[in-house]
Amino acid sequence: MELNVNTEKGAAPGAPVLKIEHLHISFTQYEQGLRREQMTVIRDLDVEVRAGEMVAVVGSSGSGKSLLAHAVLGLLPYNASAGGKMEYCGSELTPDRIEKLRGSEIVMVPQSLACLDPLMKTGHQIRKGRTDKRTKNKLKEIFRRYNLKESVEELYPFELSGGMSRRILISTALIEEPKLVIADEPTPGLDLKVAKRAMEHFRELADMGAGVLVITHDLELALETVDRIVVFYAGESIEEAKASDFKREETLRHPYTKALWRAMPRNGFQPTDGVQPYAKEMPEGCPFAPRCRLCTAECSKEIPWRELRGGRVRCLSAM
Amino acid sequence: MRLELKNVSYQYKKEDRMILEDFSLSAEHTERVGLLAPSGYGKTTLCKLLSGYLLPDSGEVLLDGKPLSSYKGYCPVQMIWQQPELAVNPRLRMRDVILEGDKVEERILHELGIEPDWMNRFPSELSGGELQRFCLARALGKRTRFLLADEISTMLDLITQSQIWNFLVREVAEREIGLIAVSHNQELLERVCTRQVELRK
Amino acid sequence: MNRRKKVFISLLASSLILLAICIGGMFCADTARLTDFSRKNLSPSLDCLFGTDWMGRDMLARTLRGLSISILLGILTAAASAVTALILGVVSATLGKAADTVITFCIDLIMGIPHILLLILISVAMGKGFKGVALGIALTHWPSLARLIRAEVIQLRESPYILIAEKMGKSKWYIARKHLIPHLMSQFLVGLVLIFPHAVLHESSITFLGFGLSSEQPAIGIILSESMKYLITGKWWLALFPGAMLVLVVVLFYKAGENLRKLTEPGSVHE
Repeated sequence: MELNVNTEKGAAPGAPVLKIEHLHISFTQYEQGLRREQMTVIRDLDVEVRAGEMVAVVGSSGSGKSLLAHAVLGLLPYNASAGGKMEYCGSELTPDRIEKLRGSEIVMVPQSLACLDPLMKTGHQIRKGRTDKRTKNKLKEIFRRYNLKESVEELYPFELSGGMSRRILISTALIEEPKLVIADEPTPGLDLKVAKRAMEHFRELADMGAGVLVITHDLELALETVDRIVVFYAGESIEEAKASDFKREETLRHPYTKALWRAMPRNGFQPTDGVQPYAKEMPEGCPFAPRCRLCTAECSKEIPWRELRGGRVRCLSAM
Repeated sequence: MRLELKNVSYQYKKEDRMILEDFSLSAEHTERVGLLAPSGYGKTTLCKLLSGYLLPDSGEVLLDGKPLSSYKGYCPVQMIWQQPELAVNPRLRMRDVILEGDKVEERILHELGIEPDWMNRFPSELSGGELQRFCLARALGKRTRFLLADEISTMLDLITQSQIWNFLVREVAEREIGLIAVSHNQELLERVCTRQVELRK
Repeated sequence: MNRRKKVFISLLASSLILLAICIGGMFCADTARLTDFSRKNLSPSLDCLFGTDWMGRDMLARTLRGLSISILLGILTAAASAVTALILGVVSATLGKAADTVITFCIDLIMGIPHILLLILISVAMGKGFKGVALGIALTHWPSLARLIRAEVIQLRESPYILIAEKMGKSKWYIARKHLIPHLMSQFLVGLVLIFPHAVLHESSITFLGFGLSSEQPAIGIILSESMKYLITGKWWLALFPGAMLVLVVVLFYKAGENLRKLTEPGSVHE
């Protein structure tokens, strides 16, 4: 892996915390009647998160990208099965290991206050009931960091304001000194200002040395804070780019990523025809081929990853 | 034709927080009005009031000078919801979903990029972006005079977002349907609307 | 083989057994009444699988006949109860406050009185016999399903797609037909299958107690109550076989209903 870690925001390049290769996840599902079918939702996903780095996996909602978080945390539903390679800090992430690490070294930041116990005081809840001096001091430090008054410890979740609650949710993740933080759609329905602030809190986690993986559909927002973007399309990761590559169309690699860029309101709001292929009617080879102007006969074969200008792409014609 | 809110107040019964207080707003059928509001403002409530899903505690909602609630049958003000997954019956095929609209033209389906094959599918077999296209088509029936778009592209990818909005702007301009779009994305509203209203708490 | 197939087959098998018993019962109508004192009180043998009673009647024929009557009554009353529940549940949740108050009151009332007591009262008031039992069971078994359906409809009514249909000017009838009823079908079917064993058991119990079918009919309840006198003298087969068959039918359908329920619940629907 010769990926350059973006140093613009001062993150030190670190060792890979999470490395996922060829992840695929499928479901067994019933059709109408008695037939049972396999439905592959994630076909081939690669992502790597290094210490001190914030990486976003960006894909349209309903593309199954949330399953990535569930797979890493070992929380897939009963009718799902996953395959591929998952490594955590250099060695394989087995179900046993996940069980041990989940909630301590690997944490997921919950989406809303509904995930907190409404009957327990905030401070007690964040400390997970521990009352030793070290934990208490640590919480004080975290609160200072996020501009929360010490008295907030004594509040119940319903007494928190919206902005406070986001910081509290992140605090629950921080108390454990996590090495890997996963956030799945952390900013649903928030206006830009609040959403940006929430993302900045995650940025701080990365700056403190954790690897942060954000899973979102909101590319515009992700670009504001993350180091690297993994573009996810129709069940496959198709490009890995630095966030700064998104400043201009020319620095991007995959035709789909370029189409995304052109569709942003600020870059012309230009649509590209067609839709993501349906999970049961996947084209062979490149999933974007049916909508791509550069498509050739070669595109219906397996497309390998290619290093390109400090990033990676799965496209034969990308230059 | 004009759609207006006149001195409307509204609060949810259980909470004592006022969501709207003495609020007025009006839009012409030739306009595309963008409403920019921070989260927690009660944008969805506002949309539901404008389209008659909710009745105000005080004040009036008028369409063409008459109370909106006096229009019986097909409502000329249609709202498109943020989550298309909830806005279609999971047990109906898409063909039947479209039939609920007011004689939706074949042309609209085509221009929205709805493929004939999708008509036989169930909602669970389509993505959010595809479902939202159906919701748009359903709301664009013959008698629709105003369209309310409540964060309709927030959960969609950028390409689908621009496909949907480019179509919608063309369509409402052609048929002189008034459009009120709610979003937190200012850049988007600048692209789409003829006039913007910023709402503050 | 996946679970759906298994459930489907078990349902099919249960239905087939029921059908076989019903058809068997039809052919046994005369045999069940035929008395032959030359072979009374025979214990079970290859000739006479379930043995004979004190009047020399063939117990196999009587059991089949009794079960077929019970099953017929069960299907009839379960269907009537489930349809009542569906209609009242939907009406209660859609036709405004007055209707809801009346129906909810009826539900509470019927559920508040012990089942068997109410059944006996209705059956006796209606002059016992087939009509009395059928009415009694049909009128007492709908409330719990009706309550379930009412709750479901109340929740469903707030769902965006139904609100949208209303805004599209669709009538109440259209919404009930297109949106509500199809959604309730799975619950209705599960309810129907689960009411059935209850109905059969209740029919047998009140007949056993003497408030149900008339004693000329070889109903399971009658057979069991008559056998009481002979049990002490060691004629175990008079009660064992009819009783076991009754339990078999009931358990079969209870299981089928449970499986059906699992198929429709979101937590286990794709297992």
